[in-house]
Amino acid sequence: MVNTTTGSTKDLAATFTQKASLVSAFVHGVQDLTEAMDKTLELLAQKPPLDPQMASGKKRNPSERILAAPNLNHDTFLQLSDRCGAFPHIHLIRDRLRDFPGGIDMGVTTADFGIADTGTLVINSNDEQTRLATMLCEIHVAFLTTSAIRETAFAMTDELTALVTGCGSYTAFVTGASRTADIERVLAIGVHGPLALHIMLMEKD
Amino acid sequence: MGKKQDISAYRKRLDTALDNQFLRQAMDKFAVAYRTSRENAFAQIDVDSLVKQVADVKAAAVENMTALLEQFTHKASACGIHVHLADSAEDANRIIGEIAQKTGSKRIVKSKSMTAEEIHLNRWLENLGLEVTETDLGEWIVQLRKEGPSHMVMPAIHLSRFQVADLFSDVTGTDQDAEIDRLVKVARKELREKFVQADMGITGANYALADTGTIGIATNEGNARLVTTLPKVHVALVGIDKLLPTIADALTVNRILPKNATGQAITSYVTWITGPSECTTAPSGKREMHIVFLDNGRKKIAADPVFSQVLQCVRCGACANVCPVYRMVGGHQMGHIYIGAIGLITTYFFHGMENAKNLVQNCTNCGACKAVCAGGIDLPHLIKEIHARIQDEAGHPLQSLLLGKVLKSRKLFHSLLRTAHLAQKPLLDKKEKPYLRHLPMIFSSDHNFRRLPAIADVPFRDRFEKLHQPVKNPRFTIALFSGCVQDFVYPEHLEAAMRGFVQHNIDVTFPMGQSCCGLPAVSMGEKSAARDVALQNLDAVDLDGVDYIVTLCASCASHLTHGVPKLLKHYAPEKAAAFADKVVPYSVFMNDIVGIASADSAGANAGRKTAFHSPCHLCRGLGIHHAPHALIEKSGNQYVPTDEEETCCGFGGSFSTTFPAVSNEILTRKLDDVTGSGADLLVTECPGCVLQLRGGAAKQGRKFTVCHLSELLYP
Ligand code: SF4
Ligand code: SF4
Repeated sequence: MVNTTTGSTKDLAATFTQKASLVSAFVHGVQDLTEAMDKTLELLAQKPPLDPQMASGKKRNPSERILAAPNLNHDTFLQLSDRCGAFPHIHLIRDRLRDFPGGIDMGVTTADFGIADTGTLVINSNDEQTRLATMLCEIHVAFLTTSAIRETAFAMTDELTALVTGCGSYTAFVTGASRTADIERVLAIGVHGPLALHIMLMEKD
Repeated sequence: MGKKQDISAYRKRLDTALDNQFLRQAMDKFAVAYRTSRENAFAQIDVDSLVKQVADVKAAAVENMTALLEQFTHKASACGIHVHLADSAEDANRIIGEIAQKTGSKRIVKSKSMTAEEIHLNRWLENLGLEVTETDLGEWIVQLRKEGPSHMVMPAIHLSRFQVADLFSDVTGTDQDAEIDRLVKVARKELREKFVQADMGITGANYALADTGTIGIATNEGNARLVTTLPKVHVALVGIDKLLPTIADALTVNRILPKNATGQAITSYVTWITGPSECTTAPSGKREMHIVFLDNGRKKIAADPVFSQVLQCVRCGACANVCPVYRMVGGHQMGHIYIGAIGLITTYFFHGMENAKNLVQNCTNCGACKAVCAGGIDLPHLIKEIHARIQDEAGHPLQSLLLGKVLKSRKLFHSLLRTAHLAQKPLLDKKEKPYLRHLPMIFSSDHNFRRLPAIADVPFRDRFEKLHQPVKNPRFTIALFSGCVQDFVYPEHLEAAMRGFVQHNIDVTFPMGQSCCGLPAVSMGEKSAARDVALQNLDAVDLDGVDYIVTLCASCASHLTHGVPKLLKHYAPEKAAAFADKVVPYSVFMNDIVGIASADSAGANAGRKTAFHSPCHLCRGLGIHHAPHALIEKSGNQYVPTDEEETCCGFGGSFSTTFPAVSNEILTRKLDDVTGSGADLLVTECPGCVLQLRGGAAKQGRKFTVCHLSELLYP
């Protein structure tokens, strides 16, 4: 890169945070995965009930909160599941998200990379459940480690090429919550996707 | 849209648009806001070099289109994706219709695709009895209203929240408040069911990457993600101009696309799909994926040496955002399917001459589109090329033919102007000399929106001998290029300039063989006449005998500098280049070359608040922004900046007589801006602009006066 700001992880994290905040993503600096999970469950506990987008077959308990975490690795998922024990109303799932077309309260995913100059998350979404979790949720929470932040998309061309290479791959750049300015150019957040995006920026994995 | 029609029917539609107050407000707000958002988005970025990069990437891809298509097809097919090539719009429609039938799809959801609009895909599918739902909010709104998009990026920009609220009330059967957040939520809910029930999803693509067989889609709403995830079948309709070698190329384009489109650094989502991706409801566990590449004339464009650059377009829509005509009439009248400058051009290729012939004239040639184009396309030039091509194919209208014929002979042209001077005599306003009271017969009353000046009693060419004073040891020797408007209508501009030249020891020659610069002929699509006069002008000037060719007309300056070398590329390239090299506009000559310190007006006439109207051909055509400001200050007056200083005045040569109503609205917007600045004086550097602005200010009874820079400096 010609740029001199190739910078330290710390600088990249700062730029990332600033740019993501510009597009109204909430960036939470946390120590590690444990803290990230605690923060996440805290957010979920405070969240108002789901506004269902479709009538669903089953009747649901209004205090129930659905949390989908499809792409966490096995150990992390178990860890999260353990922590959910403290919140009786949280219903944790990792599969069959098509059963919730009206929406889920929260989708948690790990992000493969962050891109500092635009505050963008790069998420391998090959797996259908990951896609649905980030599309049907009202709140999307992404776990990102600072070491996975790159300066620009351009600076990580090789990593991106690797991601998009191979049949069946589906790679998402996510920057802020879903938005539109289609009526009178007035910005409105939350059209077909999440109403809010929270990023847990972890210093350690 | 879409109806074949003559120009007067088109004018009526324009009038209706001009009368639509909401449209006018929405468009104006948009034009003003866009300027700032774009500026912010590109702060600290070298836009020109980025545009150059994008243009290079796209140009190379266009050149290699066939190979890229082959590579992509090979990669994607190996993954089990069905790749189709549709030669025509109808082929594409048929292919997609067949896919729907073969897969038993009844319900279709779509994300926004201009390419699908181009081929009228919805109509075709609906005729097959299929249900098609647009899921992009703006696109859904216009679909429900049975309209086409009025902008390539913001399809419903022509509507107010109130109109949308009424529409949604009808759709949902419940009263909806005109509150934008709520309206957005209505769409979220209404459309979710459509996503879930859909059998097939259709998308476009912004990028098709040959080396990995990947498509890239940029959206903000997230609808394209649902469209490519929930249904069992995905069809992507992709113009072959979207092919790029690698993701690195796409990332280059993506650095400029959202910034130029809406002032965003990046869209909320960019989705890269190398299908077929996992689909848990499909029997094979994989979605059935089709990519339909559309040619529809693109290969022919790619092979055309003049027009291949059209395919460098990245569909950002910016050329509409800055267009003064678009700002007045909106997208439904400023395009057929594709909107804005690029729409004026592509309509001819994609939708035929009939749909293009009126549209292509609706351009003032102001160059604002070219100045912001993400693909580095010379849009105004190509618009004129299309105009000329259409006239060559369909026949030249009498008026334009006559102009061409007359211009080819300087003597005939000038004697006609002299005759016109005599003919106008009975029409002149007795009290206010400079204006024609009634217009000669050839003009209809529509053109009365500004007062037209009279043709001068004695043209400048007949006054020159008397004004000319031989100079001993001149600082510079110049050829004065008058242009026809100053020669015959405003000789006083040139007379004022002569006073300054004498003071500064400049020897002036006036080549008598000079004719019109040729720009009016270009603007009416008379290319061969334009070429003839260009050659005459080259012959008229003794290049070795002069240091500079100075002109007080910015349009002439720009045309002689850029237009003539282009026209004479195959005729007299070297001479045209040498000629062009010596051309300087008046302000640059006086300020930068002669370097005057003060001017005559620095006495009695000083101290006025002075706004500048920068002629399009000066600021964008020649990149000059500073010299006129400096001269205003040197004249002892105070330069006041105005928001619309560099916005077109609406003259545009024949534009103002072809579309007088639009011209008048552009003019009025400009005059309002000057009035708002509190200026006493409006100065400009082009006789065409003086004609438009002075005539408009007189007609509208504005408080400020209008003059040429030379009249300000040497009154
Ligand atoms: S040259 Fe000016 S008027 Fe013509 S299309 Fe471009 S922006 Fe519009
Ligand atoms: S022609 Fe240029 S400005 Fe217009 S949409 Fe295409 S890239 Fe954008």
